[in-house]
Amino acid sequence: MSDLETFRRETRAWLEANCPPEMRRPMTSENDTYWGGRNAKFSSEPQRVWFERMRDKGWTVPDWPKEYGGGGLDRAEHKVLREEMSAIGARAPLSSFGIWMLGPALLKYGNEAQKKEHLPKIAAGLIRWCQGYSEPNAGSDLASLQTRAESDGDDYIITGQKIWTSYANYADWIFCLVRTDPAAKKHDGISFILFDMASKGVSTKPILLISGYSPFCETFFDNVRVPKSHVVGTVNRGWDVAKYLLQHERAMISGMGERGVGRPLGQVAADSVGADEQGRLEDTMLRSQISTFEVDEAALAAAAERAVDLAKAGQSHPAFSSAMKYYGTELNKRRHEILMSAGGIDALEWESERSRGGARPRAWLRTKANSIEGGTSEVMLGIVAKRILDLPGA
Amino acid sequence: MALVLTEEQSMLRDSARGLISDKAPVSHLRSLRDSKDATGFSRELWKAFAEMGFSGLLVPENFGGSGLGCVEAGVVMEEIGRTLMPSPFLSTAVLAASALSRGGSEAQKSAHLPRIADGSLLAALAIDEGAKHRPLQTNLQAVRSGNGFKLNGAKALVVDGHTADLLIVAGRTGGVAGERGGLTLFLVDPKAKGVAIERTVMVDAHNAARIEFANVEVDADHVLGEVDQGAALLDGVLNIGRGAVASEMVGLSEEVFGRTVTYLKERKQFGKLIGEFQALQHRAAQLYIDIEITRAAVLKALQALDGDFERAGAAVAVAKARAGTTATLAVQEGVQMHGGMGMTDQFDIGFFMKRARVCQELFGDSNYHADQLARMKGY
Repeated sequence: MSDLETFRRETRAWLEANCPPEMRRPMTSENDTYWGGRNAKFSSEPQRVWFERMRDKGWTVPDWPKEYGGGGLDRAEHKVLREEMSAIGARAPLSSFGIWMLGPALLKYGNEAQKKEHLPKIAAGLIRWCQGYSEPNAGSDLASLQTRAESDGDDYIITGQKIWTSYANYADWIFCLVRTDPAAKKHDGISFILFDMASKGVSTKPILLISGYSPFCETFFDNVRVPKSHVVGTVNRGWDVAKYLLQHERAMISGMGERGVGRPLGQVAADSVGADEQGRLEDTMLRSQISTFEVDEAALAAAAERAVDLAKAGQSHPAFSSAMKYYGTELNKRRHEILMSAGGIDALEWESERSRGGARPRAWLRTKANSIEGGTSEVMLGIVAKRILDLPGA
Repeated sequence: MALVLTEEQSMLRDSARGLISDKAPVSHLRSLRDSKDATGFSRELWKAFAEMGFSGLLVPENFGGSGLGCVEAGVVMEEIGRTLMPSPFLSTAVLAASALSRGGSEAQKSAHLPRIADGSLLAALAIDEGAKHRPLQTNLQAVRSGNGFKLNGAKALVVDGHTADLLIVAGRTGGVAGERGGLTLFLVDPKAKGVAIERTVMVDAHNAARIEFANVEVDADHVLGEVDQGAALLDGVLNIGRGAVASEMVGLSEEVFGRTVTYLKERKQFGKLIGEFQALQHRAAQLYIDIEITRAAVLKALQALDGDFERAGAAVAVAKARAGTTATLAVQEGVQMHGGMGMTDQFDIGFFMKRARVCQELFGDSNYHADQLARMKGY
């Protein structure tokens, strides 16, 4: 038996013994997930148990080096773990922008002190991070950002405003883009900096969304003092870090459809519209929408797998994550339109026990942001047109 | 298995591309069409294909072939799709070679497979009878008679039917149209008494025939596989064919798209390169993404056919459905973005549009395969 097969067998047995049954059911809302942080609370005992067992194995971040709190798994082992988790429907033990976005950027651009300081705390869910990128006038045109960091000895004094800061009101620290050289050209005067949200001068205000939730905030910085040692990478070269991180963010958003997979769409639809004597959905148009969707979903899964294999073979284009982000988010929106359509009246309930607090319509509304956040679909298409297809124009 | 071509597969692609782009660019198809060539493809080129080992790609080594898999057949089909080269590769090297090596007796294999590998035997698969692909709707009657069977019925859209030396015909030895049971495959000599073959001139200038069978006598030795049990063999052969046609459509889509992007970078209107217009940039980008995702789905299906053959059905349905939709979009956008030029016969783009339409219909269009997927998933 190969090492990998042994690893698979052991992993399967470990998951079977350690993943509580409650953690193998599909999530119904973002509140079902554990986000960690200084003020974190577990929503249930099984959630705590599952998180702690996975953390102790380094499997909140299975592919990070062990010295930074990771599991030290190689690519093949990591794939096995993902497959075995998905086979039993195991939830991710920890949801975290630190894991998805900051971690990879720190591993590539951070200095040793920064890695040692921050990565283990991310892995252990001790510090919850938020992302300070967008500003009121710098959304899709991110490089127009105006938040300024003025030099004052060993510190920067940061002043400005961010918007769409996901969960800023729960976050402990922020990774933030600031303008350190106002005279330089748009992309050239930006730095990537980390600081504590408890610092004097930081305040946040939630933004209520159409889903009835407020996952986003406006975030204000009023003369916030931050040591210069908190800059990641080179001063004024923060754009490189930002772009690298955005690739991970896009990959994460394009995978959101998979993470939320619950009952098969065909079954959901059968419950409400019924089936004919041959077992086919009564609503033939809905049936064709679902089957066409499932064709595209399976194709996207193959493309995601191929993207990883191409990267490993050194054949991938760095802008390809934009292609995946575009397709994944548009597909996820389609999935939720179909879910609403399949659910009919049952999918309209907003506040009740039966509807788990309107989980389905709220999730449907939430997906509408997928093609806006992390770069809009239009921006993604522009990137593909210019960087991959080399079409002319600015 | 990684979803990328291996080094050997890439080398195969390069050699196929070299030969095909050199000897059979789109102008090759055009001249065959314009001269109303009786054969519809170049026998000389098919000989060159055989010498390169392409015709025996799916033939087992002990019968003179190279015993490679569906991924390799797909690699060659994709190159064929790039120039629309007409050849018996699909009918003979893919479909007939698969049918014989999967279902043939030792005697049948020895008689035919070495000749497929060396390029001397051409074959065709005769399945569909109605306007749309419905293999279970086979109604051609095969009634026991003497030592064998007597065939009566007709087949439509038999690819390469008029040049074939051997026909593989689906007939009904039992059951009624729509049932799985009672299907049987026969090896039929096209020169046998009662076989009437009419070459149909098709929209894409590729070969196809309508064939009628009137009291055609077939010896019991010419049953391929088991009597009444042909559906499973047919499913497998058709799935290989679907994977191959999906690959052709990926090649075709990518070629049309490449030509279109080049045009966007050259053509000026309103004092600008048209590729500067965001409306066109976004459509081009969407099409690129569509093609890349389809390419992954097709490779996934081909690998599934080479790996877990019995469970490859869903992956094949996804691939054929996706490839059909993507190719349709690619040729439509290709013609539209080339403007009036795209509508002219003088320009090659129209050839791709016509071929894409035929590939859609071959072995089930996108709707058929989406429906198959829904049935597999039980809704």
